[in-house]
Amino acid sequence: MDRTSVISDLNPIFQDVLDLPDLRLEPGSNAQSVEGWDSLAHVNLVVAIEKHYRIKFALGELQTLKNVGEMADLIKKKLGKQ
Amino acid sequence: MIDVRALPLEDLLRSRKRLLRELREQTSGGVPVRVAVLGGTTTNEVVDLLELLLVADGFVPSFYQSGYGRFYEDATFHVADVATFEPDLVYLHTHVTNISRFPSPDYDEAELEKRLSEELGRFQRIWQSIHTNVHCQIVQNNFEHPPFPLMGNLDSTAPGGHTRFVYELNRAFARHASAQRHLLIHDIHALAARVGLDRWFDWERWFSYKILTTPEASLALASSLASQVGALRGRARKCLILDLDNTLWGGVIGDDGVERLHIGNETALGEAYTAFQRYCLSLRDRGVLLAVCSKNDEAIARSGLAHPDSVLKAEHFSAFKANWDPKPDNIKQIASELNLGLDSFVFVDDNPAERALVRAQLPMVAVPEVGADVAQFRGAIQAGRYFEMAAVSKEDLGRAAAYQANRKRTAALSQFKEYGDYLDSLQMTGEIGPFRPVYLERIAQLINKTNQFNLTTRRYMLAEIEQIATDPRHITLYGRLVDVFGDNGVISVVIGRLEGQAVRVDLWIMSCRVLKRDMELAMLDALAQAAQAAGALELRGTYIPTSKNAMVADHYRSLGFEPDGSSWRLDLNGYSLRNRHIKVEGQWTEQALSAI
Repeated sequence: MDRTSVISDLNPIFQDVLDLPDLRLEPGSNAQSVEGWDSLAHVNLVVAIEKHYRIKFALGELQTLKNVGEMADLIKKKLGKQ
Repeated sequence: MIDVRALPLEDLLRSRKRLLRELREQTSGGVPVRVAVLGGTTTNEVVDLLELLLVADGFVPSFYQSGYGRFYEDATFHVADVATFEPDLVYLHTHVTNISRFPSPDYDEAELEKRLSEELGRFQRIWQSIHTNVHCQIVQNNFEHPPFPLMGNLDSTAPGGHTRFVYELNRAFARHASAQRHLLIHDIHALAARVGLDRWFDWERWFSYKILTTPEASLALASSLASQVGALRGRARKCLILDLDNTLWGGVIGDDGVERLHIGNETALGEAYTAFQRYCLSLRDRGVLLAVCSKNDEAIARSGLAHPDSVLKAEHFSAFKANWDPKPDNIKQIASELNLGLDSFVFVDDNPAERALVRAQLPMVAVPEVGADVAQFRGAIQAGRYFEMAAVSKEDLGRAAAYQANRKRTAALSQFKEYGDYLDSLQMTGEIGPFRPVYLERIAQLINKTNQFNLTTRRYMLAEIEQIATDPRHITLYGRLVDVFGDNGVISVVIGRLEGQAVRVDLWIMSCRVLKRDMELAMLDALAQAAQAAGALELRGTYIPTSKNAMVADHYRSLGFEPDGSSWRLDLNGYSLRNRHIKVEGQWTEQALSAI
């Protein structure tokens, strides 16, 4: 699974959680550029992503991520280890 | 209508915003409820889920949330902000992690006692401050087990054990709540045990976002709270409708015969059905009505309940439908016989086709997915939290007997030519007077659950009623009715408010149990006299139509009020007493009245 296909997986999750049906995620999308991606929405996004992939992010793993592209890389890495 | 409770947690969390939007589009009106959440952790997730469930239950909720961990400060120093929000209830969402200091391992019993009263004192200050400054219902979490019992098994025994401390504190909370009606405990100790402590605490989220619980636990908290709010608003279900074959006993009585049924302690299967019958009977003992809805010939169905091992007997059922009509039709009949709305019922049937039919045709009826295994029935019913109680009232406990007496009254009616003769034969005695503390709980319950004989459908929380009861600008009346068949308890409530030279009737309700008994005339007599005693010259009333109260559309006209714009007025000059058939005792008796 490559970065682009993870991002296209993430797109409907972000659309649902943020209730933005027209949202299009880019590798560079981040909390500043995506409407409604505040700290509360972030918690919901993380839960939805964890449930979707049946993975669990370790403490601190998400803190250094700069954008959706890096998040996709981390998910890719975690899925590879399973 | 979306059944959010049937959705998996994953969908609830992921699609919450859309679900909320769609539910709001589908429901109009709804009962407003204002909840102030004072938390010891980040409360947003629980509040988000609670909002969704309350909207699904027909409420229009609004929330106030304290800053993270600021429950104590918000409840005490900044209580004015909470009061400004005017909440119907304040929810103290605290966890075991919010206990300020646990005992040290070397504590003895006396030191434990001291620490206990300090910790309890902290929460008492919170409750007192809210009670004094906000005057509303308080819902307080008790504490779940400590996540890390450092002494192992001894932790629950030693005076320095954290587990022991939680037990003692929970016990103290229970004592306080049981003595104060405005304080209700939300039992997260039981909730966490049910979820499982290892699936309750979420330490990653705790350190990252100060959310203490897993999403699963947050949903359990929200569901439990939603049913508690529902119970406070009189929305708990009131009647359990049961199928017979393979639900109350094993086998099909019409085919197998009564002697071949599985019931009683001879076999494992029989024992399971007996246990389920016992559970139903216990529900009846605490106020839940039972009814039968079965595809059977009535005589054959009744012979099953006459089985010596059947714990449930025919007399335990407030309604009995055994015939070949579709079950939704029978359920509607039961609803009209018992004078209850369809949203008062829970329907239990082992047959998935019957469940699906009832669910599709009567969406207001709760139909738990009980499956076909009798061993699972009790758990499935419990999980629905249908019969949550906000208080134990005598009326609840005696409800089933009261319905039984009502059936006798209906039988008596057929023996009289004149309706007045029938009423006289009931030898009715009414007790009418201003609200008394001993009745406040019942009054609150009646106000919040009466939908049909309700002129304004105004709801009041217990704390609000307590205030009105002592306010000199309000006239409050309760009515209790006893007759030859039994005590109906408090069945009518009127709240009036002095408005210049008039008394404005804010609330007038009566239980449908006592319809057509002239109790409304007795209440009017009392109201008129109380109003005159307060110096008023007229009564003013309004009828606010809802989907359920068409029964009282003509209430004021039939009592002799005159239309006045959108409301009704009655001149009290020369008022003559209307009630002829009820002997009234209490403050507003005929003698007391003529003295005014």
